[in-house]
Amino acid sequence: MTGGSTTGDDGATAPSTGLQEKRQGWPLWEVFVRSSRGLSHVHAGSLHAPDADMAVRNARDLYTRRNEGVSLWVVPSSSIITSDPDAKEQFFESPQGKDYRHATYYTKSEGVKHL
Amino acid sequence: MATTAPVEQIEAGEQLFRDLIARDSRIEPRDWMPEAYRKSLTRQISQHAHSEIIGMQPEANWITRAPSLKRKAILMAKVQDEAGHGLYLYSAAETLGTPRDKMTEDLIAGKARYSSIFNYPVPTWADIGAIGWLVDGAAICNQVPLCRASYGPYGRAMVRVCKEESFHQRQGFEILLELANGTPAQREMAQDAVNRWYAPSLMMFGPPDDDSPNSKQSMAWNIKRFSNDELRARFVGMMVEQVKALGLTLPDAEVRFDEETQKWEHGPLDWNEFAEVLAGRGPCNAQRMERRREAHEEGAWVREAAAAYADKQAAARAASVKAV
Ligand SMILES: [Fe+2]
Ligand SMILES: [Fe+2]
Repeated sequence: MTGGSTTGDDGATAPSTGLQEKRQGWPLWEVFVRSSRGLSHVHAGSLHAPDADMAVRNARDLYTRRNEGVSLWVVPSSSIITSDPDAKEQFFESPQGKDYRHATYYTKSEGVKHL
Repeated sequence: MATTAPVEQIEAGEQLFRDLIARDSRIEPRDWMPEAYRKSLTRQISQHAHSEIIGMQPEANWITRAPSLKRKAILMAKVQDEAGHGLYLYSAAETLGTPRDKMTEDLIAGKARYSSIFNYPVPTWADIGAIGWLVDGAAICNQVPLCRASYGPYGRAMVRVCKEESFHQRQGFEILLELANGTPAQREMAQDAVNRWYAPSLMMFGPPDDDSPNSKQSMAWNIKRFSNDELRARFVGMMVEQVKALGLTLPDAEVRFDEETQKWEHGPLDWNEFAEVLAGRGPCNAQRMERRREAHEEGAWVREAAAAYADKQAAARAASVKAV
């Protein structure tokens, strides 16, 4: 119940299937905007719309009123699968303590050019 | 949800919540949070959203009467922005668990509040200038620190809103500047509008600190970053400078900079009037609510048609999948 949104991009709900219920609130869509060619689509926020076509139109009006984008994605919020937010620590534990994955770990080469 | 989670889980969640607040980090929708935090934010964000939506009315009324095509286009863009602000904020509020439709229902049923500023009449074109300059100006003052609110979705919504707000204030300032440099009658109209909107815009920051029971908690939770009086004083200071550029005056003989506190002081405000307007007895409360209700009802067929179309399309898609 707390999930599925956007601006709260942290909690998607389980995927649902089938025809949408009658106006029991329009489904929620996540909007991604590509701000210019060469860049990826970035999450901008969410909106409600009865179907995908309307979601795209609403996304244009809501998130690109000032030339913010050259392309839009809309995705049903219910289709987003999220890592278990209650298990944050364990899930992302592995890279911790592995500084050697970063260039900054290797200090002996300091001062050597182009390295 | 948190209410049914086992005790250990709540305790861990509570610890994390406290740590995050202490570190001035952000709370996200799926994190454990105190019920009071959730409730208080839901109230604040939904009221904020309602204000953006109701706030469209006084200005939308003037679109057809704006004095030029340019001003019509600008005003339309502003009103459209305010609709967008309402939607960003409803989205943020929804992440706390209350569906948007429920919030809309509450507003229409008269159960929800919105900023009292929108219950004042807007009789002249100069009022549109004064609203942009003073009302959007006060809103910006209030909203900039909210970009750092501890609740992630609220902060993100405010960042988007603040980016769009600055043109609102500037277009208002420009309207007043043009009138102030116009005929004596236009100049008088501009001054009169500033006179009427000054005090209500100062009251937008909410009651004085010693009469604002929720503020303390809200600041402890890093939602609010400055007290009502602090923000109000800061706003007064900015207006004192800007009004000079307009060649107009603020209707407040007691405005002064206090060297000792290093803060701007202003004359007394009519907090009884504020309470009256908030309680629904302002000059335009009934009108604004009625218009909101009408708009909702008049839009019903659009919502129904859109839903019917979506269902038909989905049914057709399902049928064609079967056929394959
Ligand atoms: Fe706004
Ligand atoms: Fe605005």
